[in-house]
This record gives sequence, C-alpha cells and structure tokens, in this order.
Amino acid sequence: MAVDATQLPHTTATQVEDVGQIPQWQLMVRRFRKSKLSVGGMYVLIVMYTIMLFSDFLAPYDHNRLDSNYAWGPPSQVKTVNGQLSTFALKQTLDTERLQWLYVVDESHPLPIHFFVQGYEYHFLGIFPSKLHLFGVEDGFQINLLGADKDGKDVLSRLLKGSQISLTLGFVGVVISVIIGSIVGTASGYFGGAIDNMIQRVIELLRSFPDIPLFLSLAAALPQNAPVEVRFFLITMIIAVIGWTGLAREVRGKVMSYRNADYTAASVAAGGSHWHIITRHLIPNSLSHIIVVGTLAIPAAIGSETALSFLGLGILPPAVSWGVMVRDAQTIEAITTYPWMLLPVLVLIITVLSFYLLGDGIRDAVDPYA
Amino acid sequence: MTTDDMLLEVRGLKKHFPIRSGFLRRVTGTVKAVDGIDFHIKKGETLGLVGESGCGKSTAGRALLRLHEPTAGEIIFNDPTLGKVDVAKLDRTTMLKLRPNMQIIFQDPFTSLNPRLTVGQIVGEPLEIQHRASGSELIDRVAELLNEVGIRPENMSRYPHAFSGGQRQRIGIARALALNPKLIVCDEPVSALDVSIQAQVLNLLGELQAKYGLAYLFVGHDLSVIEHISDRVAVMYVGYIVEMAKTDKLYFTPKHPYTEALLNAIPKADPRMRTRPIRLQGEVPSPANPPSGCYFHPRCRYAKDICKQERPPLQDIGDEHFVACHFAKELSLVGVQPLNDIKLEMPVKKS
Repeated sequence: MAVDATQLPHTTATQVEDVGQIPQWQLMVRRFRKSKLSVGGMYVLIVMYTIMLFSDFLAPYDHNRLDSNYAWGPPSQVKTVNGQLSTFALKQTLDTERLQWLYVVDESHPLPIHFFVQGYEYHFLGIFPSKLHLFGVEDGFQINLLGADKDGKDVLSRLLKGSQISLTLGFVGVVISVIIGSIVGTASGYFGGAIDNMIQRVIELLRSFPDIPLFLSLAAALPQNAPVEVRFFLITMIIAVIGWTGLAREVRGKVMSYRNADYTAASVAAGGSHWHIITRHLIPNSLSHIIVVGTLAIPAAIGSETALSFLGLGILPPAVSWGVMVRDAQTIEAITTYPWMLLPVLVLIITVLSFYLLGDGIRDAVDPYA
Repeated sequence: MTTDDMLLEVRGLKKHFPIRSGFLRRVTGTVKAVDGIDFHIKKGETLGLVGESGCGKSTAGRALLRLHEPTAGEIIFNDPTLGKVDVAKLDRTTMLKLRPNMQIIFQDPFTSLNPRLTVGQIVGEPLEIQHRASGSELIDRVAELLNEVGIRPENMSRYPHAFSGGQRQRIGIARALALNPKLIVCDEPVSALDVSIQAQVLNLLGELQAKYGLAYLFVGHDLSVIEHISDRVAVMYVGYIVEMAKTDKLYFTPKHPYTEALLNAIPKADPRMRTRPIRLQGEVPSPANPPSGCYFHPRCRYAKDICKQERPPLQDIGDEHFVACHFAKELSLVGVQPLNDIKLEMPVKKS
C-alpha cells in the first residue's frame, strides 16, 4: 500500500524547507523561550520599564511634596464606600511618651478616590507638559498607598520618581561601557601584537585600582551643587569608566577566536578589508556575547548607583533614586515601626534578580547548537 | 618545461613563529614551521603536499596566500594581468587585485562557514568584496556556482547549520570558485569527511580542474588521497621538503628514507607482499628545536656522520625528481608496488 507522504505529520514540504532558513538569532530566541525563569524576568523588566515611562502619570504627588500632617503616615486603607472606592482621613495624635505620631483612621470621613485628576505639572517623556494623574483625593488630604516618610512625602510617588534614575542610570552606564569596551576589545583582539599588548597593560593598570575606593573618590570629586541632570550624567560616566575594562577583555577573547576562524581567512583571501571583516564576521558573531555580558553587568551597575546614593555620594536630595530612599530607611525606627520604608529594597532586589535571570537565559541561548 | 607553463614558483619560503614569554613578551625562541622550501606548480596541475601533522604543510599553504605573513622567501605567481609578481612583497592594493587568482578551501567544513550568514551570502561574499557583481546579477552568479558544486540553488537562503559536512565542503568550494581563480590551495579538504563523501568531493575537485584548468596545491596526510589526485607530490618533514617528484616516481621509486617509511605505512593491496614494517625510532622533532644537520638523521636507518653535520639541499636527480638526502643516488629504497605488477593467480577450478 502506498503511503501518501503529505498525510504524514511533520513531513509537509514547507516545514522541511523552513528549518534551514531560520537565522541564528531566531534559533537563539527559540532557545531563550524554553527558559521559563528568564522569560519571567524579562516580563517583569518590561513591566517595570513601562511603569517607569508613565511614572509621573501614575504618581499622585510630587516626590518632594511635604505634609507634616502625614509624617510617618501608614499605608492608606482603601474600601468601597457608597459604591465608590475611598480612603479615609487620618487623625494625627502625638504619643508623648514615645515621641511618635499615632494615626487613627477616621471611618466617618471617607475620601472618594478620583481618577484622571489634575495635579502637579510634569513633562510626559520629558517633552509633553501635562498635569494629568491617574488618581488622587480632594485637596488638603493625602492618599499614601505605600505610606509616607518622616516628612510626609508619599513613598509610592518617590518610588515611581526614583525608578526614573535607578532604572536608567545603570542601563545607560552599561550601554556606554559596552560601546567603549566593544570598540577597544575589538581593536585589541583584531589587530593583536603591540596594540593588543598596550591596551591590555592599560586595562590591567585600571583594574589594579580597588573598585570601591576609586568609585568613592571619583564620586566625591563631583560638584555638589550641580543640577540633577549633570550629576546623573557624571555618575553614569563613572560607572561606564569602571565597567568597560572587563567587557573589553571578554570581547577581545571572542574577537580573537573569530579572527582565527577559517571563514575570516576566506574573507582575507578574497581581499576583504579590515572594516569588512570586522563588520561582517567579527561583530555579528561577538554581538550575542556582548549582549550577555552587558545584561549581566546592568544589575551590578544598578547596585553601584544604589551604593553611591546610599553613602550620600551619588544622587543627592532633592532628587530621588532608590538608593536615596534606602538611605532614608537606614534608621532603627524605619525598620521596626515603619516597615514600608523598606519597599525600595524589595523593588531593587526584584529588579536585580530579574536582570540576572534574563542574562542567564540569554547566555544559555546564544549557543543554539549546543 | 617552458616558463610560460609555470603558475607558481616558490623559493626559500620561510615562516617562523616567534615564541614570546614574560611580561614584556620578549622573543625567546622561534618555531620554524616552514624553513626554506622550494617548489613550483604548473598551470592546471595538482601538487600534493604531504607530511605528518605539525610538519608545516598547512602553514606553507596559508603563507602562499599571505594568510600568514611569510618570514622570508619569494612566491612568484604568474598572474594573467599583472604578469609574474612576487606575492610576498606586494603592497595591499596590488595584492587586492591578485587575490581573486589564488583561493583556498579549508579542512573543517564546520568552522569555515560563518554561521550567521546564509549560503548565498557566504558564496557571494568574495564577489561583493571584489565588486564583481551585485543585486540580481550576484544572485544569478551564486546560483550558477552552487549548481557547479552540486548544491541546489534553492538552498541559497538557508544557513550552514542545515547542511551536512560534505555539503558544507561543497559550499566552501563554491566560495573558492567564485572569483575564477587560477590556483586553489586545498588545505586538507577531505580529511574531516567520511570516506564515501571524500570520494565525491575529490571527484568534484577533479571535474572542476578539468573544466576550468585550475591548479591545486593539495595539502594532506592521507597518502592514498594524495596519490589519487596529484600530478606531482612533495613530502614535507619538520618545515622543509625532503622529496618532490611525479606521483608515480615518488610512490614507486622513493629516494628519501622518510618517504620510504611513509609509503611503508600504506596498507598493502596484496597480502602476499607483506613486508616487515619500518618502525621509525623516536619522535618527530620540535620545529622550535630541530636537530643538527639533516632533520631526519636521528630517525634514519641509513644515517652516516655527514647527516649529523650538514643539512642536504633539495637537488634535482633528473626528471623533475628532487631529493634532499646526501645518499639519494646510492640508496635503493622500497616504494609501493604498482597495482599492475600484482599477479593474481586465481586457482582454476577443474571440472
């Protein structure tokens, strides 16, 4: 009996043709998708960065708005009153014995939560001026979904505003160090000889400085009264300057192995220029590795920014980053009595962990034939 | 032989690799991978270059194309447009014009194709570099080349990972053919392949040679493959050529003790002709620290005092048979037996 090949599963002509036409990066994506944890990390990061873009819209208050009526205010309760989502006014009393503000929820005074309200002015994506905010309560009262700090500043608003610095500074710093490291590493690995020798000795010299003191002394040398943008830029540069050396070494190693590959030799034999060989063979092959190293360097850079800000040498108030917020939480009372002050730590852990998971997944995926 | 037939003449080619050590990377020694070799290749001919691993045969092949910068020596190439030029001394722009005439096929089909590029991009790359074709013209030429080596042109958009070792080697051959070269250096092109595939690839190389008048420098270590494909054979030992002759001459009447020992290792077709194997004493010397005199003398059965002191030059003993041995004319050495000489005495059945 003749078997009709088209009726067999998995033997249709299109499928057979398809397999060989999948470029390597698609094979990598396939492999990456198999790692559930990494995909999870990626989604968490996508959500976080999306929230960061809309942070001003989502934040009910300016991150520096003070209100002594809400000092150390606890997270607001939200209930449905008369069919409306509401929070309640707080009665503030001073515990004279422990010198501590006590808050009692005034259930008789519900504050309906209004959506799409007008609030403080900001520039959406840094360009479009807007006053629109997702939610708010009537003026004179405050809603602190995640509590308030010692000056009555809304922790949620500060977390959202802080993400703008914490999530971008590390990222931008790593991008810059990736660019420097790739260029230097490629030059070092491709040309070899005296150039390679010189570059490697310089890198060794830079790496022989202990990281933390170098970090601190560079950061301490920054102008104290510079605007936030300038400070942000300078700290980014510090992270990049310290980070590029390791990356340059990794890229050099990769480029050296691809430089000695036979397909590169074939390109030379056909008369390919340095530029042609670097852009056609070396960079595309090293790129996946560069992305892995970069992804795994981002959490370290975020940690560096946090550490600097925590020590009071990074981002300085009135600007806010998660490191600044962690600094505010370093008192005993914050840990014992006002646990919401530790939220930035939690957010930092989630971010860093997600980046590591993502980086691990990419690292496993870049060798799809293994 | 007329000089016009000559495609490539190599004189005193050397490639030394410095050994660097210490913090300042000072040169503390040299590996003399290729240490002064002379040979020539005529138009449309195949020169087999055979030797043990590490003897410098691949390095020699790559130095011809200046994939390794030669340390010394002349590589006179008879270019159709430039005339006779010394490849070793050409500047970058002239070299660029000459490169299409000398191409290379590699040993390992799994590392010789960039996994990021499609087959079409791989085969088309030399054409792109030399600005020979672009657009649909490029695609047509690539399709033609793939047809030539027995790969269906529909496979142009596929990636190397979709192909077997033999197919990949064919793609590598198509890439080498792209620029219509006069000489192809075949760097052990079949040693990574199954025996059945080896035959296919060798036949393909033979067909292409007949069709395009290609000359091959065929580097290899498989004596049967070399015998099959070569018009002449050169035997290398620790960086220099010890014997070079027409294939039949070299295989049937070797004149160098090393060649004799190599040929002795070929399995015999006739079981009655089994001889005692020649076991070479000791190891292949390191090209970083070679012995005095003739490099082969510590392992040579026929070595005399002069062999320890003087390195014998490669000299012509007549009929294009070159030998580097002090006793080339005196020794009578055993080669392989021509198949025709094997007398098959079939027992005749009487009924």
